[in-house]
Amino acid sequence: MGCLRFLLLLMQKKDSFESLVMEHIRLNGAYWGLTTLDLLHKLDAVDADEVIQWIMSCYHPESGGFGGNVGHDPHVLYTLSAVQVLCLFDRLDVLDVDKVADYVSGLQNEDGSFSGDIWGEVDTRFSYIVICTLALLHHLHKINVQKAVDYIVSCKNLDGGFGAMPGGESHAGQIFCCVGALAITGSLHHIDRDLLGWWLCERQCKEGGLNGRPEKLADVCYSWWVLSSLIMIDRVHWIDKDKLAKFILNCQDKENGGISDRPDNAVDIYHTYFGVAGLSLMEYPGVKPMDPAYALPLDVVNRIFLRKRD
Amino acid sequence: MHGRPRRPDKPEDAAAADAKAAKLRDLQTQVLRNHHSRTYSKEALGLSFKLLELNPEAYTAWNYRKLAFQHNLGELSELEAIKSSIDDELRVVELALRQNPKSYGAWYHRKWLLNQKLAPVDFKREFGLLDKLLKVDARNFHGWNYRRFLAKFMGVPEEEELKYTKDKISDNFSNYSAWHNRSILLSNLLTQQRKGFESKQKIFSEEFELVTQALFTDPSDQSGWFYHLWLLAQTSSPENPQLIASWPSNGAKLSLSSVREANDKQNTPSSFSSICCYSLKEGILPIVLFFNEPVKGLTPSSVSLNSDLVVGKNIQWRPLSVTDSGHSYCWVTYLEVSNLEYCSSQQFSVEASIPNTDDIVSRSGSSYNCPVHFTFTFEPNNIDSITEDTDLIHDPISWDCSEPLPSHVKPSCIHSDQLKITNALIQEESKWHLERLSDELDLFRELPDDNSKFAKLTLARLLLACAAIKSRGSSLIERRGYCEEALGLFNDLIYLDPSHKRYYEDERSLVLMDQLTCNMESFMKYCSVQVLPNLAPLNHVQLCRLSLTCIGFVERLLWVQMLDLSHNNLRSIEGLEALQHLVCLNVSNNQISSFTALKPLTEILSLKVLDLSFNEIGTHPINTTRYICPTPFSHKVEACEAFEECQKKNINVEEFWDAILFFKHVNLVQLGFEGNAIANKENFRTLVVTLNPSIKWLDGACVH
Ligand SMILES: [Zn+2]
Repeated sequence: MGCLRFLLLLMQKKDSFESLVMEHIRLNGAYWGLTTLDLLHKLDAVDADEVIQWIMSCYHPESGGFGGNVGHDPHVLYTLSAVQVLCLFDRLDVLDVDKVADYVSGLQNEDGSFSGDIWGEVDTRFSYIVICTLALLHHLHKINVQKAVDYIVSCKNLDGGFGAMPGGESHAGQIFCCVGALAITGSLHHIDRDLLGWWLCERQCKEGGLNGRPEKLADVCYSWWVLSSLIMIDRVHWIDKDKLAKFILNCQDKENGGISDRPDNAVDIYHTYFGVAGLSLMEYPGVKPMDPAYALPLDVVNRIFLRKRD
Repeated sequence: MHGRPRRPDKPEDAAAADAKAAKLRDLQTQVLRNHHSRTYSKEALGLSFKLLELNPEAYTAWNYRKLAFQHNLGELSELEAIKSSIDDELRVVELALRQNPKSYGAWYHRKWLLNQKLAPVDFKREFGLLDKLLKVDARNFHGWNYRRFLAKFMGVPEEEELKYTKDKISDNFSNYSAWHNRSILLSNLLTQQRKGFESKQKIFSEEFELVTQALFTDPSDQSGWFYHLWLLAQTSSPENPQLIASWPSNGAKLSLSSVREANDKQNTPSSFSSICCYSLKEGILPIVLFFNEPVKGLTPSSVSLNSDLVVGKNIQWRPLSVTDSGHSYCWVTYLEVSNLEYCSSQQFSVEASIPNTDDIVSRSGSSYNCPVHFTFTFEPNNIDSITEDTDLIHDPISWDCSEPLPSHVKPSCIHSDQLKITNALIQEESKWHLERLSDELDLFRELPDDNSKFAKLTLARLLLACAAIKSRGSSLIERRGYCEEALGLFNDLIYLDPSHKRYYEDERSLVLMDQLTCNMESFMKYCSVQVLPNLAPLNHVQLCRLSLTCIGFVERLLWVQMLDLSHNNLRSIEGLEALQHLVCLNVSNNQISSFTALKPLTEILSLKVLDLSFNEIGTHPINTTRYICPTPFSHKVEACEAFEECQKKNINVEEFWDAILFFKHVNLVQLGFEGNAIANKENFRTLVVTLNPSIKWLDGACVH
């Protein structure tokens, strides 16, 4: 697969306009790139110490959160990516776990929702992020889980999906966040699996790819959002996996590597990750299986939750 | 990241791109520097403006502007100056949205400003901005979220917003965002019983009309179909939960024994059905209640049990469900019968009733309002708690589903009038439901494009909704007719829309099970009494080679003790947990792929024999029930003692965690698992024997 070449190239090419526009989310980029490498059994191609050192340079010791890059403000979006990358390398020991757990849990609001940072934007994405971060750190008890779950349930729509806030329209990315948060907290019984499963499997378009909302174009990134949600609710058999795999492979840049949103568009690391992750969820040969809730390779998640802890 | 064409860099483009990149880098560096040094001068603010115009996603720049705004506000006292400062921020947002109308940071900056409530909001400007953006992209969900925010902020009545959704829908039927908002507003207005929204029936009739108009305009557009599906769901299910089945059923007379009767000439009165009840071993008799939707709140006070048998105060109702939730279709309690002063002539009667109660509620919060009352009688016979489990099965039980069932033996404990308890409950509302559904049926049969998958699917769903209502009456013939027609539609759909084949197959399985079990005449073809050597006769049901992919209508199987589901395409057995008398289960030659998928079986105390041969356990690295049932990953099960026990025997917990959780919770005597990938794995047998010590037969061979 050409992804590897593309990823390694990307790590060096820091000065193009495209990568500069993404500079503030470089930590997300690191998570996308490194997880892709791990899924392709190539994580040892990078220098773990160097990566970890850079990750920690995005850390804000006074708040306990991570910024998207060195010098950028802390936010839960990047804090989760940092924790996930450290999980990949099994190096959570470099973290002040309590401090980080305090940072994300401190963002829970009275109604159970979560803000993304001190400025108070509320979104179910942040509910997932905080819950996932705390679970990976074994600190889920630091928040009021019941209230967090109730808030997510209040964002459930009559089509079975979830929006960013109560009343918000269902959207596959948002659905992943809500289903993921409910999965991690053992609360999937709040979901009407047949209703949501039907809505999600109808995201498959004629050409095989998945879209994020009704009457929208297919896009590789939804391979992840839709597939992982369908797996968590045990309805993934309702889509045609072969057609989807073909669509993803069709979005590969066969000359330079990488995967784009749609066939023949420019590749980027975000879609490369989501394409490979989608293939992983469909048990594509040569790609490590992934956990649909924690968005990490299965072996990493199994290690975290099944390994004996003191 | 979206929609950029893939093309090789041309040299002339490269120069321009370099210049653009240099400018951006410069701006980013300067803004961050000003942020860190807390420089909030006009010039510094101008730089952040330029940066956000170029890259609205630079979130730290938005934070910087908020800090600067707060900082500079301290120096302003006049309202006009504050207003102009707010204006500056609003303008930045507008320019950023021009660059990216879906910028989270830009939209939130605007909400944040309004929430400061420092100056009166110019709502005309806000709605004007929205109109412009929604004109460009009527589906921009940021825009819709902002509209809901504004409407709430200024207290726009929901009735007015509802009108707006209708306008948008009239502009273009294919506006899912507008349909969505309409469903939200409408259900709020109905719940609050606002003026003009008192009658759900009237409102829904109007909505059916509106959406049908859209569907007939363009039957291939999804937007309206989802709305129609919601309306249909609201129209086809009763508002309040209902009890639809129980075990024992009303009027049942049971002769209970715990072991095979030594000689078959026990002189029980002929009106009694004799049943060997394996749970009696544990000294308990299960009572099962089955509702039409998941409910919670069954307690000794919400369900009263009266008996001449001393019913202990410790009656506890337990939800039977794989997920760890308070709600369940099916509830069980166990009557203590172990300490009965047993003498063979004594009969006990049990009276169960559920009055109107606010304690029992459905997921949607509606309470139980269909009082039921039923009684049954039982006679303990041969209750012997000394015999060991393993003694029950002397020889491995073999299944042969090719053998025809003996037609003359009728299983005991089946009552064709199982549904009697609900017959009295047909309510006024279902009359309206049925009329409404019939109108829709007539309409969709006339849809010109008869190859529209949505039309066919909706037709099938309408038929099934009608069938469900009919089950509450006694029109079983009609019910079968509906099922027949729906089956045909699902068969069509499998060809018409092969991508969703397995969805239609699941639906078809449910209809098929409905059809097979809905009346006694057809069901009896699949029922028999199995007499096995050294074992008491078992009530047997055989549903083999029917292409079933999932299980439904288990409320009609509550009495089954031996169930043969082999040679189907089952990937899920959810629902079987309700079968509290099941002793032997054959699910060989199906598509079960993990032990978490078998979680329902851990709820059945009487289960002794399980055939899992020729499934797909161990084949698939992605486990689709990993989060459905309690696991360490869903924080409902701690890494347990069983894990440690296995580790000591060098069993890889990371590989076998689902098997460990399963075998820890069952008590099997016989297990078949050949033909699964896991059968070839080292240590799997050790795992089974370690965690399930009662096992005697593994794949036909004696363990001991
Ligand atoms: Zn995308």
